[in-house]
Amino acid sequence: MEKDQNKILSDVTSGEYKYGFYSDIETEQIPKGLSEEVIKVISKKKDEPDWLLEFRLKSYRHWLTLKMPAWAHLEIPPINYQDIIYYAAPRKKETLKSVDDIDPELKKTFDKLGISLEEQKHLAGVAVDAVMDSVSVKTTFRETLAELGIIFCSFSEAVKEYPELVKRYLGTVVPYTDNFFASLNSAVFSDGSFCYIPKGVRCPMELSTYFRINSANTGQFERTLLVADEESYVSYLEGCTAPMRDENQLHAAIVEIVVEKNAEVKYSTVQNWYPGSREGKGGIFNFVTKRGMCKGENSKISWTQVETGSAITWKYPSCVLRGDNSIGEFYSVAVTNNYQQADTGTKMIHVGKNTKSTIVSKGISAGRGQNSYRGLVKVLKNAAYARNFSQCDSLLLGDRCGAHTFPYLEVENQTAIVEHEATTSKIGEDQIFYCNQRGISTEDAIALIVNGYAREVLNKLPMEFAVEAQKLLQISLEGSIG
Amino acid sequence: MLVINNLKASIEGKNILKGVNLEIKPGEIHAIMGPNGSGKSTLASVLAGRDLVKVTEGSVTYFGKNLLEMSAEDRAKEGIFLGFQYPIEIPGVSMVNFMKAAVNEQRKHKGLEPLSASDFLKMMREKKELVEIDSKLANRSVNEGFSGGEKKKNEIFQMAMLEPKLAILDETDSGLDIDALRVVANGVNKIKRPDNSFIVITHYQRLLDYIVPDVVHVLYDGRIVKTAGKELALELEEKGYDWIKKEVENNILA
Ligand SMILES: Nc1ncnc2c1ncn2[C@@H]1O[C@H](COP(=O)(O)OP(=O)(O)OP(=O)(O)O)[C@@H](O)[C@H]1O
Ligand SMILES: [Mg+2]
Repeated sequence: MEKDQNKILSDVTSGEYKYGFYSDIETEQIPKGLSEEVIKVISKKKDEPDWLLEFRLKSYRHWLTLKMPAWAHLEIPPINYQDIIYYAAPRKKETLKSVDDIDPELKKTFDKLGISLEEQKHLAGVAVDAVMDSVSVKTTFRETLAELGIIFCSFSEAVKEYPELVKRYLGTVVPYTDNFFASLNSAVFSDGSFCYIPKGVRCPMELSTYFRINSANTGQFERTLLVADEESYVSYLEGCTAPMRDENQLHAAIVEIVVEKNAEVKYSTVQNWYPGSREGKGGIFNFVTKRGMCKGENSKISWTQVETGSAITWKYPSCVLRGDNSIGEFYSVAVTNNYQQADTGTKMIHVGKNTKSTIVSKGISAGRGQNSYRGLVKVLKNAAYARNFSQCDSLLLGDRCGAHTFPYLEVENQTAIVEHEATTSKIGEDQIFYCNQRGISTEDAIALIVNGYAREVLNKLPMEFAVEAQKLLQISLEGSIG
Repeated sequence: MLVINNLKASIEGKNILKGVNLEIKPGEIHAIMGPNGSGKSTLASVLAGRDLVKVTEGSVTYFGKNLLEMSAEDRAKEGIFLGFQYPIEIPGVSMVNFMKAAVNEQRKHKGLEPLSASDFLKMMREKKELVEIDSKLANRSVNEGFSGGEKKKNEIFQMAMLEPKLAILDETDSGLDIDALRVVANGVNKIKRPDNSFIVITHYQRLLDYIVPDVVHVLYDGRIVKTAGKELALELEEKGYDWIKKEVENNILA
């Protein structure tokens, strides 16, 4: 029976990656390798001001002094940083008349991914910044948003048009010295999204960035900066995919969020980078630093992530709860199937009084996947009456995968209340049989159970994406269970 | 509808069923009694298609088809329902989603369109009333945190939703208080039609006061050793199984 179960398991977890195509788009690239020269070239291509080049060089010099972190529960093959292309951009066709025109090939690529770059065709109520390789190719609904004073554009444009804003916030949440990958990103970041919500404005639509890696041998190093001014609100979503390739590709991004008094940011991620083949060949290395600062009183940041892709994920979306009464939340579903590895979690740093944080992490491992939750809850001396609740659940599908939990707790204030709960469960043969007996196939039974397990997190996603994420979960576990 | 012929089956190499013969016609209610460990639940598992139990000999024919070749979910879709002796908890999966999947799979099998959300909820409501199940239970996760009796009632509710042709109720009466017992029995009687059949596995004759069987079998050591009318249940209640065991031993010696 064990054998049968393993067979069905392996059948169910062998679903195909749907977004693995490559688009033949004329691309402008610089040669492989990393040096101060390369950084100057990138900066020049982007026509950047001196202060930004200085920021990059400072970061690069610091990066040179660092070693790749080895503390995660991950087996990372050596990465040759000289073997990566640090800038690749779809070439602008000269035949296109206005800046707003986009290459039909690009449009086709994004259409294929279900992302329409034409505003009238797009999902109502969602504005998109589409990033391919190193550059943003189109941001929709810019004008509509501008009427409310909302700035939503590519990072490069923000540097040109709103240098003061960028300069004021860049690196204030994730300093260039933060960690190995953050330093690397700060040195070579190419594009990403910038968003500013002015005082008192509730952003009327979902903002989203869609990241696509297309070129081979390139790394993607985008940077997102999101500022919510006092009393404002925005819900932000990012998605990502990449072609199937036998080589690993590096994605090292930074997301910084600043939230002022009484403002709220919801940041959702549906991460679906190419996970590698069933045998563990290829796939994206997803080494990402995401952090939000609850700067003002009563501010709130809520991270929701559904992580199904990438060969290796190293990522800890965190909250610094500086303002009194500020709130940080982290809701995560992470799937590792076949040979995928994930070491993911969060840091909740309680600085202000009466700060609250909630952590709900749901790991799902199948195949030979390895899934680790790593979370830090830190309560500083002045954070009187801070509260944290953490719930870390692991679900195992089959007996060759692994789940691990690494909770860290540092409490310096006696009035803090910190709770941690953890469970590990397996989809039992008896549960599957119970479903079978009611006419539900094994695959559907697993989908039901997995969706039930992840529901608390999926419910936090904006409606339009919850269904998508649910399907994605199902696909990423297809062929995996018994 | 169901013909079991010389069925032998084992679990992990241990022989449990040692030659079971049984025929069930449409509309019949068969009770199966027998001491603990005699193989009643194992027989139910074989009929439902649990692959933990290996059939080593014999045949089972269901509406002329070889039942043993069918997958568990196909058997369910063809109208076989097992009320589990120990219903399984599935945390996180709501009864609504679970039943919707089950009902719609069955409809698909019959070539019918899935029920609309409102039709489905209406059906849930009707069946809940039919089997007098607390409507709050149906809003929770499948069996999660249900009391023993609530789990049993939930099995009857699911049976009412799926309207099986052959329902096998494995000790659905165990652990029920008198009122719940009446509810379960009434549920069965309301679902009963002239063409659907029941196998009722029980230790207690009192259930059979409510659900009147056409035949009572005694399963002992993997075989059906006695078959008689309803009065057999009364006799067993009074005298226990010793006399049957003796009869069997004498038969073997003779
Ligand atoms: N999973 C299993 N592994 C090993 N032995 C098992 C397993 N399931 C059942 N058995 C054995 O098979 C025999 C028959 O069990 P079964 O559950 O069919 O009995 P039963 O007649 O339903 O008993 P009860 O009246 O107590 O419910 C018992 O000896 C039991 O220990
Ligand atoms: Mg039993």
